[in-house]
Amino acid sequence: MNWLTQVFSIAFFNLRALPERKGAAIATAVGIAGVVGVLVGVLAIAEGFRRVMTNSADPAVAVVLRKGADQEMTSNLTRDDVRTISDAPGLARNSQGQPITSSEMFVVVDLPKRSTGTSANVPMRGVDVAAMEVRGTIHVTQGRRFELGKNEIMVGAGAAREFGGLDLGHEVRVGQNTWNVVGIFTANGGVAESEIWTDGAVLRAVYKRQESFQSVYARLGSPADFTTFKDALTTNPKLQVQVSTLGDFYSEHSRIVIELISGVGVFIAGLMALGALFGALNTMYSAVSSRTREIATLRALGFGASPIVVSVLCESIVLALAGGIVGGAISYFVFNGFTTTTMNMQTFSQITFAFAVTPRLLLNAMIWATVLGLLGGIFPAVRAARLPIASALRE
Amino acid sequence: MKFLGLVWANLKRKKLRTSLTVLSILVAFLLFGFLCAIKQGLGGGVELAGVDRLITRNKVSLIMSLPLNYEARIASVPGVDSTAHQSWFGGIYQDPKNFFPSFPVQPEKFLAMYPEFILAPAQKEAWLKTRTGAIIGRKSAEKYHFKIGDHIPLTCPIWGEPANQDHWDFEVVGIFDGAKKGTDTTGLYFQYDYFDEARTRNKGEIGWLGVRVKSPDQAAEVAKAIDEQFANSPYETKTEPEGAFAASFAAQIGDIGSIMMAVLSAVFFTILLVAGNTMSQAVRERTEELGVLKAMGFTNELVLVLVLMESCVISALGGLIGLGLAWVLVSVANPASNVMPSLSLPPHDLIVGFILVFVLGVVAGVVPAVQAMHLRIAVALRRNA
Repeated sequence: MNWLTQVFSIAFFNLRALPERKGAAIATAVGIAGVVGVLVGVLAIAEGFRRVMTNSADPAVAVVLRKGADQEMTSNLTRDDVRTISDAPGLARNSQGQPITSSEMFVVVDLPKRSTGTSANVPMRGVDVAAMEVRGTIHVTQGRRFELGKNEIMVGAGAAREFGGLDLGHEVRVGQNTWNVVGIFTANGGVAESEIWTDGAVLRAVYKRQESFQSVYARLGSPADFTTFKDALTTNPKLQVQVSTLGDFYSEHSRIVIELISGVGVFIAGLMALGALFGALNTMYSAVSSRTREIATLRALGFGASPIVVSVLCESIVLALAGGIVGGAISYFVFNGFTTTTMNMQTFSQITFAFAVTPRLLLNAMIWATVLGLLGGIFPAVRAARLPIASALRE
Repeated sequence: MKFLGLVWANLKRKKLRTSLTVLSILVAFLLFGFLCAIKQGLGGGVELAGVDRLITRNKVSLIMSLPLNYEARIASVPGVDSTAHQSWFGGIYQDPKNFFPSFPVQPEKFLAMYPEFILAPAQKEAWLKTRTGAIIGRKSAEKYHFKIGDHIPLTCPIWGEPANQDHWDFEVVGIFDGAKKGTDTTGLYFQYDYFDEARTRNKGEIGWLGVRVKSPDQAAEVAKAIDEQFANSPYETKTEPEGAFAASFAAQIGDIGSIMMAVLSAVFFTILLVAGNTMSQAVRERTEELGVLKAMGFTNELVLVLVLMESCVISALGGLIGLGLAWVLVSVANPASNVMPSLSLPPHDLIVGFILVFVLGVVAGVVPAVQAMHLRIAVALRRNA
């Protein structure tokens, strides 16, 4: 009890004296705010990207590609393949008893980015009528769906926001073809919002690949039917396909971008943390040395060594947390919800997303700040506790 | 210079503080080095682009191919010196995670078009003679331990495998190096003739064309002439200088790159601010001593120079070591080797770094130095009393 009282009184005394050293204290807090701000900012990019992928991941949807294809554009299925896949067991059926599947074609087209005017690989997808039923998240928010057999497109909300010419009612020229934008749709924040959708038959005709499909998206009866469906296809000797759930499919496709962003982010934040740590150590050492006489007096009065250590640690953690909170808050207000678009190297196409500063990220950032505060305080604290009382009093 | 000893003694007085300050400056400049290297990497080799080279591709998108006969038609456009086409093969070595790019090319034309790929003459001979021969860049050869004479099996989802084979088999006949530091030496290149004969679909198509113009001044006109020739055909083209192509490709990464840059620069300056503050603090603590120096007859200017020298020495110690470490480390510790195969620190950024080191030293020292200069001896001597 006595020990606790000592800790509290010294720590409190110490914190109240902080304004006396405000220059150095602010410098430390700013350094740590920088680390936390950057860490949160950069990881928010990765988090936002990941969120798009998980928002699309319905466990009751399976994707079928040709075996060995690492993405849709390198996949190739025949009309017979598509028929066999649609006949497989485990699929959900509509009111007419038809399996809910969509055979699709995925290409990229060059369209200018609104922000820079430079051309970007915008994903364009030819789908079957059932595609919306398969996804289950598609809502046309403006205009209407495309009509079959016509050069009509509906555009994901993200693509409409980021790429030039994709406005409702406008015409978009791609190569020799002109497409009318008849609708804008959302997909619960998922990947499809970055895409342009049209009738698969029309798109295949335009690309002169009437008999070639790239993927089949299928709605399963329930997530548990996935194994039945997959086994039926992979054991069929007539088919050379790979089957994955939408979640696995997208998480594999976002791997490189997320690794890149978090890799660079953590690496850089790590370096910065080191820089901030040296700064914090400096401040705390000079704080301790400026209080040499005061600490020695406390010791002479009978205060123990450990309350001194704790009080110095308290000071550095308070500074670090203050910095952390400021850095996290700045990051939150600057980055959260910021929408942008980037190239997904694995699908060679643009994907639009919003930065996401999540509570978990902020919590992690606070942990970083606390650890920095601890490390920055511990050595100076030990030095303070070890000061020889007699000589320190004479300083 | 004779006062260097005095400056040094001042720095040594609080060894711990001096070393911590030097270390944080070191880290800041290490960060700066990586920042510049990553910026260069995200730029996608814009600076490496040949000024007399154009790229002709399908206007709809880079993934769409062009007919092989376009090559001859483009070669006959006035102002065109030579051409070399490439295609994206997209070969997979064992697992998609083992990624290196692969392209079918016309060996002789390819090497003539891209002199930045350096291949020993004997290896070039071997490549021309070996139908299934391939050359691979030094970086990938080292990463996957390929030696001359090795066979590399690749599967290819885009074009399929040769009839009756379950993979493509390429014999390594050469390993090329890059002429410049940033040259991408991760690619595998093999004979288009073999590729076109063996592939099972889309025969007679090529991905894109490198076009060398006779004079860089004509580049824009030649590009226009090429595109006009194919206007309103089923395969319209888009021709642009290699640099513009690389820049627009890099722009596809988008804001993320520039945001990272902005945030990191902010941090770099934050660390400098903190370090600078400590450096100024170190001088302010010694007001009394500066008063003594002046009382002994040191002139105002000399005191100014002494204080400035002190901060410059700290800044130079940390900054130069940091830049040096960055120079060494960027090629070894690559946080994003998948996307930016070769990181390097461009010399002009290094010069900017040197200037920043100097600026830091002066800026951190100037306020206390001027204060020290204007210090009145009597006040200074009394200050701590």
